[in-house]
Amino acid sequence: MKKLFLYFLGLITGIINGLFGSGGGMVVVPLLEKAELEPHKAHATSIAIILPLSIISTVLYLKSGSFELLSALKFIPGGIAGALLGCLFLRKVPTKLLKKIFGILIIIAGVRMLLR
Amino acid sequence: MSFIYILIVSFLTGIFASMGLGGGMVLIIYLTIFTKVGQLAAQGINLVFFIPIAIISLIIHTKNKLIEWKKIVPTIICGTIGVFIGSILATSINSDILSKCFACFLIIIGVKEFFAKTD
Repeated sequence: MKKLFLYFLGLITGIINGLFGSGGGMVVVPLLEKAELEPHKAHATSIAIILPLSIISTVLYLKSGSFELLSALKFIPGGIAGALLGCLFLRKVPTKLLKKIFGILIIIAGVRMLLR
Repeated sequence: MSFIYILIVSFLTGIFASMGLGGGMVLIIYLTIFTKVGQLAAQGINLVFFIPIAIISLIIHTKNKLIEWKKIVPTIICGTIGVFIGSILATSINSDILSKCFACFLIIIGVKEFFAKTD
C-alpha cells in the first residue's frame, strides 16, 4: 500500500512539474511527510525528486520552442547564492513562519493573475 | 536597475527553492507580473534556473544526511511519466488559459501553506 502511494505521488508531482514548470515540491513535501519523513528531510528529499523531473520538463519545453535557454542564465548567480544561504539555514529556520509569508504572497499573486 | 531586481528576485527564489518551499513560483510570478515574459516561457526559465540550484542543494543536503534516496526511486519513475503528460499539456494549451490555471494553483497552495500546521 505504501509503495503504491509513492508511485501515485510521483505521477501527480510529475504532472504538476510538467504543467506549471514549478510547484512539484509543494505537492511532494506534504505527501513525503505523510510517508513518515520528518519535515526537514521531506523538504530536502523533495529536491531529489524534482531535479530529474525538471531536467526532463526542460528538454520537452525546449523542444517545443517555448523559451530560450539564454534568457534563464542571468537568474542563476543570484539563485545559487540564495540556495547556499537556504541550505545553511534549512534546519534552523522556523519554516512555519516562512510558510505563512509565502502563502499570503502567492495568494495575492494568484488573485492578481486571475483578474488580469 | 533591472539588474538589481534580477539579483534580488533570484536570491530570494534560491533561498526558497533550496528549502523545498516553492521558490519556482516566486520566479514565475515575478516574470509574468513584473516583466513581459509569457506564462510558458516563464515556466521554462524557472525550470532551467532550478537545475543548478537543485544540484548544489542536493550535494549539501546529502552531506547533512537529509535525503532518503531509497524511498524515492518509485516516485521518480512515475514522476517521469507524469512529466511527459504535464509538459505536453502545457505546451499545447493556450498561454492565457495556462496562466489562469497557474493562478488557481497558486491560490490553492497559498491557502494550504498559510493554514499548514506542521513545519
